[in-house]
Amino acid sequence: MATLKVPITQNDHIRGPAKAPITLVEYGDYECPHCGRAHPIVNQVRAFFPARLRFVYRHFPLTEIHPHAELAAESAEFAGAAGQFWEMHDALFENQNRLSITTIFLIAAELMLPETALRNALETGQFRNKVRNDFVGGVRSGVNGTPTFFINGVRHDGPYDYASLVAGIQMRAAADART
Amino acid sequence: MSSILAAGTEAPDFTLRVTPDQNLTLSDLRGRPVILAFYPADWSPVCGDQMTLYNEILPEFHKHDAELLGISVDGAWCHAAFARDRHLHFPLLSDFEPKGEVARKYRAYRTSEGVAERALFVLDRQGTIVWSYCSPIAVNPGADGILDALEKLSGQASSHGHLESTDHAK
Repeated sequence: MATLKVPITQNDHIRGPAKAPITLVEYGDYECPHCGRAHPIVNQVRAFFPARLRFVYRHFPLTEIHPHAELAAESAEFAGAAGQFWEMHDALFENQNRLSITTIFLIAAELMLPETALRNALETGQFRNKVRNDFVGGVRSGVNGTPTFFINGVRHDGPYDYASLVAGIQMRAAADART
Repeated sequence: MSSILAAGTEAPDFTLRVTPDQNLTLSDLRGRPVILAFYPADWSPVCGDQMTLYNEILPEFHKHDAELLGISVDGAWCHAAFARDRHLHFPLLSDFEPKGEVARKYRAYRTSEGVAERALFVLDRQGTIVWSYCSPIAVNPGADGILDALEKLSGQASSHGHLESTDHAK
């Protein structure tokens, strides 16, 4: 059974109540079409457990096959430093079919993020280590493709359509409540 | 289920085609840890397939001075096209003629389908298997097991002062 080796900390991007009994972690890649399809599903799942679930997103860019994945991840971190991680995250997935450097900068402009600072951050690799740490932590936790989900620290090996994710979460939550 | 070669076994030596005009011999890699990743076939239709994943993790393997070899029954030209398409930076070996002979030696061949198992072996610097794992054919095993095994090897090497390998001679 593959388990999450890197605990959730304040450095993570967390959506939902901080003390929620259920934690759903996704390792994802903004250019991966499967992650793109999972994005609205994750939102539905969050809406199903509004008070009981927190969602954590970590980067797992497959840079050799997805040429924009690394820059997209670093841009999301840049937005995160300005308190707008989730706005950038949503926009990247929603515009995945036209993901490019231009798209990334258009999204940043829309979010009123300073263009020069973003350009600088990407050129100097300001957030490269943060993204790499997510990736390496994912590898150590048994991430074997994107997206990979962990429910309360245990890798979810089944399909990730809405019904399967909700069922997986309910089963894990019930098992955890018994112990 | 299969019983692939276990830890403690000396890894059977082999010479396989690595490009249409080059061969690679396992024992030439003595002195470095080696990861053998047998897999069923090139061109799995998913983003994060096993070889693509290992390609991304390659820098972590190299931190342990380890060499990664992918092995399937696909031919050298097929491997070349696959490696080019996925930008792979490690060798893919063709266990093509006689088909699956090396996979059989490691007891990692599926006769019914005529392909290799999804089997992983980590060899130490002397060519002994220190860890092996056979994954269900449809499940990408990830790399956490490989990294745990390599870390253990690096730990042993430094505590016994073996890190400086004396086995550089061919």
